[in-house]
Amino acid sequence: MSGILASMIDGLLIGSVYGLAAMGLSLIWGVMDVINLTHGSMIALGMFGMYLLFSATASNAYFLLAPLIVVGLVLGIIVYWLAVNWVVDRPILMSLLSTFAVNMVVIGLGTAIWSTSPYNVNFSVPGITVGEYTFTGNHIAAASSAVVIALLLELFLRRTRAGKAIRAVADNRAAAELMGISSTRVLMVAFAIGIALAMASGALVSTLFPFTILSGAGYQLKSFVVTVLAGLGKPFGALIAGVLLGLLEGAVSPFIAVSWIPLIEFGLFVVVLIAFPRGIFGKATA
Amino acid sequence: MILRRPLLWLILALAALFVWLPLRNHDVALREDLILVAVAIILTSNLNLMIGYTGYVNFGHIVFYGLGGYVGLYLATVLNWNLIVAALIAGVTVSVLALLFGLGILRLRGAYFALATIGVLVAVQAFVANFEPWGRSTGMYVSFASYAPLGGARRALWITYYLIIGVMALSLVLSLGIRRSKFGLGLFAIREDEDAAIVLGVNATVYKAIIYSVSAFLPAVAGALMFFKNGMIDPSIAFEYMLSLEGIVMLMLGGQGTVAGSALGGALYERLRSYLLTSPRLSEFHLVIAGALLLLVVRLAPGGLIGWLYRLVPRSREVVE
Repeated sequence: MSGILASMIDGLLIGSVYGLAAMGLSLIWGVMDVINLTHGSMIALGMFGMYLLFSATASNAYFLLAPLIVVGLVLGIIVYWLAVNWVVDRPILMSLLSTFAVNMVVIGLGTAIWSTSPYNVNFSVPGITVGEYTFTGNHIAAASSAVVIALLLELFLRRTRAGKAIRAVADNRAAAELMGISSTRVLMVAFAIGIALAMASGALVSTLFPFTILSGAGYQLKSFVVTVLAGLGKPFGALIAGVLLGLLEGAVSPFIAVSWIPLIEFGLFVVVLIAFPRGIFGKATA
Repeated sequence: MILRRPLLWLILALAALFVWLPLRNHDVALREDLILVAVAIILTSNLNLMIGYTGYVNFGHIVFYGLGGYVGLYLATVLNWNLIVAALIAGVTVSVLALLFGLGILRLRGAYFALATIGVLVAVQAFVANFEPWGRSTGMYVSFASYAPLGGARRALWITYYLIIGVMALSLVLSLGIRRSKFGLGLFAIREDEDAAIVLGVNATVYKAIIYSVSAFLPAVAGALMFFKNGMIDPSIAFEYMLSLEGIVMLMLGGQGTVAGSALGGALYERLRSYLLTSPRLSEFHLVIAGALLLLVVRLAPGGLIGWLYRLVPRSREVVE
């Protein structure tokens, strides 16, 4: 019995990293109505960014998150001007395709540089032992980092002028513009934050599991599931839904083969989409 | 009348060309190139029924192809059924499944539908990877004995080639027929404004479920034939997410919503990809080039090559549509 509990706690820890990744997707989706298909490649870049920085500096991997978030913001601004600015307000197909094109370019370059062989970040934090179970230190550190970043984002959105502008544009862009908010700049900032979150979550994952340049795709799919569970444009809800997903994985993994988990997750995903199109935490009406 | 459409004769001429070219010198290498082009055209033109005609983005279109391959291969090689019967049953089975599924997920609109299709793809792949009769993650192999009823392996490969060319021609004729029909007009109305279409008496739910199911049929048949020809199938090649996405690239490149555009895009992209993959210097960068190309097309010519042609020579529209 306590084995399931341990597995669930571990799932909960990993789930908060899923949640962080989904926050990035959810923020962009909610604010500008763009489904960011570069998400997976940005998660992968976060993994490799962490790998490069860690190899170069050999310092505490979790302190390297700060420079990676800065890189993510800059990268986000570049991608915004390259592929996103001109698809805002165009049909959904256009934004899907243009972000997907960037995804292909990034994955292509990454494959050329790093091939598709696995890498890992060789850094470990001492774990905590409770009775006969040991919780890996890295899982605890990654989960705490994810929660701290999520709280910082929530503070930014609630308390700062720029954060309030983002929420205003998400709520009603036309009205926000009438109030003198430059929506282009707000969209750019929101997109950059979304990319930075994706990279941060990738960096955290790289301290937990080995990864390849293609690993981002799996986390992108999980981010979709989490975003839909939480309902659009609710970044903090995404964190909670991510934790729930991790908990679910932890709860079922002692009983069934790992290869069944995608079927459960995506079955759940499709059912939730149909039954609660506005997310479990969403309002009943539009 | 569809018989009066110049495009119909162009399609038949194209199919005849595909049959004649490799037959001329019994050129097996050329046949293998052309079969890939034909499959690309089949996938793209059926995807066009959803994206181009109805305005619903299907990210998981490849699930029809892969599932068709599994059903077809199981019938043809494990149960030793006739290949054509097996392929047709694969098509019908997948279509019926798509119809049942479509009635559920087509209640979703826009981006939500697009995401649900990814969910369907991943869920089906996970199911097949755990399904014992279909060999789980190792997949299935075609036993050599299954080629015997077709007159040996060498002849069997030519026969599947002709069958696939036939499926290609059927896909294009089907696209053309739907385009010229009342049903097609209903789909276009849904694409332009679904609520308005419903008010005007288009039964959107039924129309969408039917087209989703129709767009599954020929890809499933092609999947059954193609995986029989390849001699093996496993979950990662049958449900390749990348191929599903590349289908969308092909469609955009050629011009979504048009029959000729879907064929042109499928053929050109497939040739480009083969060229890049086999070129020693560029093979590492094939995704980069394809991605940059897609970005340029979406940004500069959202109508694709065909849209560009229509702007250049407005009269060409008469011939091509």
